[in-house]
Amino acid sequence: MIEIRNLKKSFGSNLVWEDVSFSIEQGETVAIIGRSGCGKSVLVKHLNALMYPDSGEVIIDGRNVFDLEYISLRKMRQRFGVLFQGSALFDSLNTFENIAFPLRYFTELNEEEISDKVMEALELVNLAGTSEKSPAELSGGMRRRVALARATILQPDFLIYDEPTSGLDPKTSEEINQLIISMAKNLNITSIVVTHDIHSVLKIATKVAFLEDQGLHWYGTVEELRDSDNEELMSFVSASEYQIRN
Amino acid sequence: MTTTWKFNSFQRYFSKILFMEALEKLGRYSLLLYRSLRSLYEFNTYKKNLINELLKIGYESVPIVLLTGIFTGAVMTIQTAYQLDSAFISKSFIGSITAESLLIELAAVITSLVLAGKVGARIATELGTMRVSEQIDALESMGFNSVSFLVLPRVLAGLIMFPMLYVFASISGILGGLAAGYLSGAVTPAEYVEGARALFYPWDVTFGLLKAFVFGYVITSISCFKGYYASGGAEGVGNSTTQATVLSCIYVLLADFVLAAVFL
Ligand SMILES: Nc1ncnc2c1ncn2[C@@H]1O[C@H](COP(=O)(O)OP(=O)(O)OP(=O)(O)O)[C@@H](O)[C@H]1O
Ligand SMILES: [Mg+2]
Repeated sequence: MIEIRNLKKSFGSNLVWEDVSFSIEQGETVAIIGRSGCGKSVLVKHLNALMYPDSGEVIIDGRNVFDLEYISLRKMRQRFGVLFQGSALFDSLNTFENIAFPLRYFTELNEEEISDKVMEALELVNLAGTSEKSPAELSGGMRRRVALARATILQPDFLIYDEPTSGLDPKTSEEINQLIISMAKNLNITSIVVTHDIHSVLKIATKVAFLEDQGLHWYGTVEELRDSDNEELMSFVSASEYQIRN
Repeated sequence: MTTTWKFNSFQRYFSKILFMEALEKLGRYSLLLYRSLRSLYEFNTYKKNLINELLKIGYESVPIVLLTGIFTGAVMTIQTAYQLDSAFISKSFIGSITAESLLIELAAVITSLVLAGKVGARIATELGTMRVSEQIDALESMGFNSVSFLVLPRVLAGLIMFPMLYVFASISGILGGLAAGYLSGAVTPAEYVEGARALFYPWDVTFGLLKAFVFGYVITSISCFKGYYASGGAEGVGNSTTQATVLSCIYVLLADFVLAAVFL
């Protein structure tokens, strides 16, 4: 379980948000929505202390991640898999090596076991033939999927997806949504998904956090979202041109 | 009256900001190096990158270093011959001056300035790109110590390789000088060598090696710092690369001065 308490973050004089509090239960899929620039990416970077807040806490298993010593922080970070907004593949390594990277450094597996695992992961994201390609040779959607394979290769407890489907065609988006659902189900992963796409939210999420006006404006289940009459939330939802009430 | 006051407070405000900014940068720079020093024991993390960097900083710089050395030595010889064009001064003096200048100053400084462009720019661009494309975040999020993975091997490789490159530059410089003296007829090889040996002090080489060691540290650490903390997309990476090379050059010259003042 991840508990976010009274988080506040600003860059210089630019306040991103303050007083953000909510908790994420084991096995849940929480969608974080909000307009561009409202601080969604910044928020998820606080969960594993890639960024530090001005004030507030993120409690995982009873411990505040911002208080952790660097060594224990790194242990804690290994429980997270992160799919970054721009995929963040290592461009000096090919697809295979990108996915094998965490295995090489954090497990004792031999070459053969590593190869088996990587191939299995590539198959899972439908990219079986691309292991020799470099990131520059892949399309945006393929890179996203390689990054997903890399993020899940160590079987993390928590998976953070930063806009996994933005900029992709509907069919590829749908495939990625299905992957997210199956990861959550099969591996019992707790997922945090940053997205603009209400359509995806309704498909994959169990809970929704809506950032607006420099704070957490609304937090609830997907069912509550459907029935909500919160004005800002509804205007955000209808702006995504999706009628959720019909 | 009021305008003066306004100007003063403005100025005070401004210098305070500049001062704070400089302090903050110094703090972050020190912290980065402290963090890389503290992860010295994580050899397995940076082993592969260290080998890679030794090759890139060392091996791949050999041609440009040799070229720089040869021309520096050649120009030194010809210019010295021109300046000492007198019947009263022994020709072998040309060899002495060329060799001594190379060993004590030019081989270290000129190659370092050239490498500030080559090595510094590469390091800053690599790390800067990794920063803005979130690859450094990705490393950290996997539980990696990104500093020991990226910064430490580059600085170590600089410390190891710059003194070696200094040796290459010195040798090629002295040989370049010899060749230029011979080809231009300014000084015969025998006289040149005689002069070079007559005024040779081992301390010059020690001092030159020390300089190269310091310059290697200055260039790699500054470039790592600028790249590691780059921000703002492609333009930001460009800015930090420019800053890395310019600052490397400035601090190489500054360090050169400080070393000369302290040790000579
Ligand atoms: N490293 C940084 N330094 C300074 N400001 C930053 C930094 N990262 C983000 N910001 C600022 O924080 C705010 C939130 O940025 P963030 O990237 O979290 O937005 P977002 O909600 O993810 O937007 P998008 O949907 O476009 O990805 C923005 O105003 C941005 O300018
Ligand atoms: Mg974002």
